Amino acid sequence: MKTTSSLAAMIVALALPGIAHAQDHSQHQAAAPAVTPATPVTPVPAPRMGGTDADPGSAPPPAPIHDRAADAHWGAAAMAPAEHAMMSAHSAPVYSAVHVDMAEYRFGRGGDGFAVEGEGWVGDLNRLTLATRIEGEASGAVEHAEIRAAYARAITPWWNVLAGVRQDVGPVPNRTHAMLGLSGMAPYRFEVLAALFLSDKGQLTARAEASYDQRITRRLILQPRVEVNLSAQDMPDQHTGAGLTGIEAGLRLGYEISRKLVPYVGMHWNWATGATADYARAEGQAVASRAVVVGLRGWF
Amino acid sequence: MPDTAVSRRALLCGSAVGLAGLAHAPSAQSAPMRATAPRTPPVLSGEDITLTIGHGAIRIDGRPARAVTINGGVPGPTLRLRQGQSLRLTVVNDLDEESSIHWHGLLLPFHMDGVPGVSFPGIPPRGRFTYEFPITQTGTYWYHSHSGLQELMGAYGAIVIDPAVPLADSAPDQVPDQVLVLSDHSFTHPARILRNLKVEPGYYNHQPQTFADLIAGRGQTQAQRLEWAAMRMDPTDISDVTGVVLRYLVNGHGVGDNCTVLATPGVPTRLRLVNAGGMTFFNVRIPGVELRVVAADGQDVVPVSVDELQITPGETYDVIVTLPDDAPRTIVAEAMDRSGLARATLAPRPGMAAPVPALRERPLLTMKDMGMDHGASGHSMAGMTMRDGSAAPQVKMGPGVEMIAPMPADRTGDPGLGLEHVGHRVLTYRQLRSPTPIPDARAPTREVEVHLTGAMDRYMWSMDGQTMQQAHEALPMRTGERLRVTLINDTMMAHPIHLHGHIFDLVTGHGVHAPRKHTVNVLPGGKVSFDVTAEPGDWAFHCHLFLHMAMGMMRIVKVRPA
Repeated sequence: MKTTSSLAAMIVALALPGIAHAQDHSQHQAAAPAVTPATPVTPVPAPRMGGTDADPGSAPPPAPIHDRAADAHWGAAAMAPAEHAMMSAHSAPVYSAVHVDMAEYRFGRGGDGFAVEGEGWVGDLNRLTLATRIEGEASGAVEHAEIRAAYARAITPWWNVLAGVRQDVGPVPNRTHAMLGLSGMAPYRFEVLAALFLSDKGQLTARAEASYDQRITRRLILQPRVEVNLSAQDMPDQHTGAGLTGIEAGLRLGYEISRKLVPYVGMHWNWATGATADYARAEGQAVASRAVVVGLRGWF
Repeated sequence: MPDTAVSRRALLCGSAVGLAGLAHAPSAQSAPMRATAPRTPPVLSGEDITLTIGHGAIRIDGRPARAVTINGGVPGPTLRLRQGQSLRLTVVNDLDEESSIHWHGLLLPFHMDGVPGVSFPGIPPRGRFTYEFPITQTGTYWYHSHSGLQELMGAYGAIVIDPAVPLADSAPDQVPDQVLVLSDHSFTHPARILRNLKVEPGYYNHQPQTFADLIAGRGQTQAQRLEWAAMRMDPTDISDVTGVVLRYLVNGHGVGDNCTVLATPGVPTRLRLVNAGGMTFFNVRIPGVELRVVAADGQDVVPVSVDELQITPGETYDVIVTLPDDAPRTIVAEAMDRSGLARATLAPRPGMAAPVPALRERPLLTMKDMGMDHGASGHSMAGMTMRDGSAAPQVKMGPGVEMIAPMPADRTGDPGLGLEHVGHRVLTYRQLRSPTPIPDARAPTREVEVHLTGAMDRYMWSMDGQTMQQAHEALPMRTGERLRVTLINDTMMAHPIHLHGHIFDLVTGHGVHAPRKHTVNVLPGGKVSFDVTAEPGDWAFHCHLFLHMAMGMMRIVKVRPA
């Protein structure tokens, strides 16, 4: 349990700066107004005191008013539904989108592969989300596949909390996990997703991803991306050790054909770490891999 | 960019070039006066007018676009009325959805104001509604649908009200006039635009800061970029919806259409500017011609001569211009974020064109736009937080409030975003003065503060942290009470706020000569106060960026006897 709590603390520490971020500024831009004064063409009337120069008094506001003035003219029967229609327009807006965050072919030294990550959502401040991640070999053999279904709730202008389930459907033991997460935009405009997973075998793992879009030009976007995976316990059946289990990093250069379509090329690195690396070595597998990637991201 | 070649055809900007005091048709018939050129708004006058809202298509620079039209056009007919007349306006709704017309800036009984669910039940599909009210004021106003996103699709038109007593021919204001309705139109349905913004709020901002800019020394320094990124603020976020998807129009004409305002050299012409743009602030100038501002929102002001002015959605300005010689001049209405422009030509003869200036560089927001400007005092901002709810206890903090301006400033002396350093005279609100004393010079008995709030990264807009639909609470006022309303902008975008059915008096240090308006722009990080005398009834009060209003930056003002 000690490992569990420190793991949770790590996740929070990763994400929290964004929530409790207080800004301080030691400098600001010079913005000296340099408006040339306009010249009145005709004489300005002599100023008179009062009017809008007077300070407001402190009279109390009237009591709240809830009746409809228009009822007296058009009748409550006509106005009630009209008011309801106006007040319910956009009151619980439902939008939806499907984001393909990554759909790429990986040219690796130890063999080619592919990866797909994406998410669909419905709602607005409260969303239902369905996300997936699939990684495999060029032969079609799936190494890892998961589906996550979650309820996401906006808690600040930039952060959402997520609660839901993750189902692994890959070749390794097909676990079901409860999921608790945090997604959003951290200061400096990093896109962040951090999640804790508790499997049906009581195993606790965590994942944190961050990416950043640096516009080189209006259409060229360099996107560094990093992901860390953690485990609270040793999981021999999944060849995973306790602690930091792996790190992935990516650097992708995209060309924005439109906001909705960005083909890219880049590099992807993957390192197994700690006891997880020991498992890999014991099986004669590579501890680190890297690949040249070509892919597409976008949304519709 | 459009080339500057002489236009191929002679398209007049409108047919209403006449003498302001004499422009009335002699008979009070409602039949439209025939336009002299295709698709110019016809002029309707008289006491009995019918407007029909319907689906249609318009052509912008030759390319067809879906539209919601009024009497078949975008804009709809110009209503040329006379102070003191009565008016029966029958609006026929040929749409398959509810519709309405709101008379923007007109003083009338609230139940004729035309906001469905507030002033009346709305006009049902295939239904009709007759508005009836007296015309009590004079000046330049406009009308538009207040239902759904119809305004964004073209359901608007101008209103010109001439004085009851015609001006003498020798009166200085007695000059030919021309209505110029500035607007924006898209080939993409506004609901789709909204959805794109909801999924990706920067969708239409194609002028971001880039690494290439940094290397070239353009825009912010690296330190400034880091500071802004730390706050998750984007200094290039000037407009939500831009020239990427909008075409900017003058009287429904695109840049290539080049409509012409005829003027005789040396003879003043009154341009009646209306910003009917659903999402666009326009910077208006005529290179080489001075703009003599004589009215704002239909209310006379002491004339001010400037070279440029920013007109925000919902506002109107009357400017008097004089063509200095026989050469044409370009009327430029540049979108505030410089992503496009609308263009017309002021010319002595049809078929002429002058060079169209290139778009200027898009401006960047500054710390002032966060309500963090310290002027010359220069003390440290250390410890200042951008989201301190205790600074605005009435604001409901939540995912929809990304900022509380720490030190909102009176910015009525500023010329509008991006016009601080253009090298010529630009109108500011503080330069506006009423030539006659305001009708109600009482001191306000109380003050109401309204915070304009939002979260750009979620495309949420509200007042006091709540959408109208969430708050469900009206702003209560007493009939006839004089109160001060102070608007505080806690967002990084400018918001033009419109109060229906009232002309209010801006608090800009001019006492009883305060300028009178119905729509006031609140700059980012800024605050604006106006004094107003409450008129009985229920009135809409909202941001005139239509998507902001649709998202909930709106309240109902309910005025009842004390």
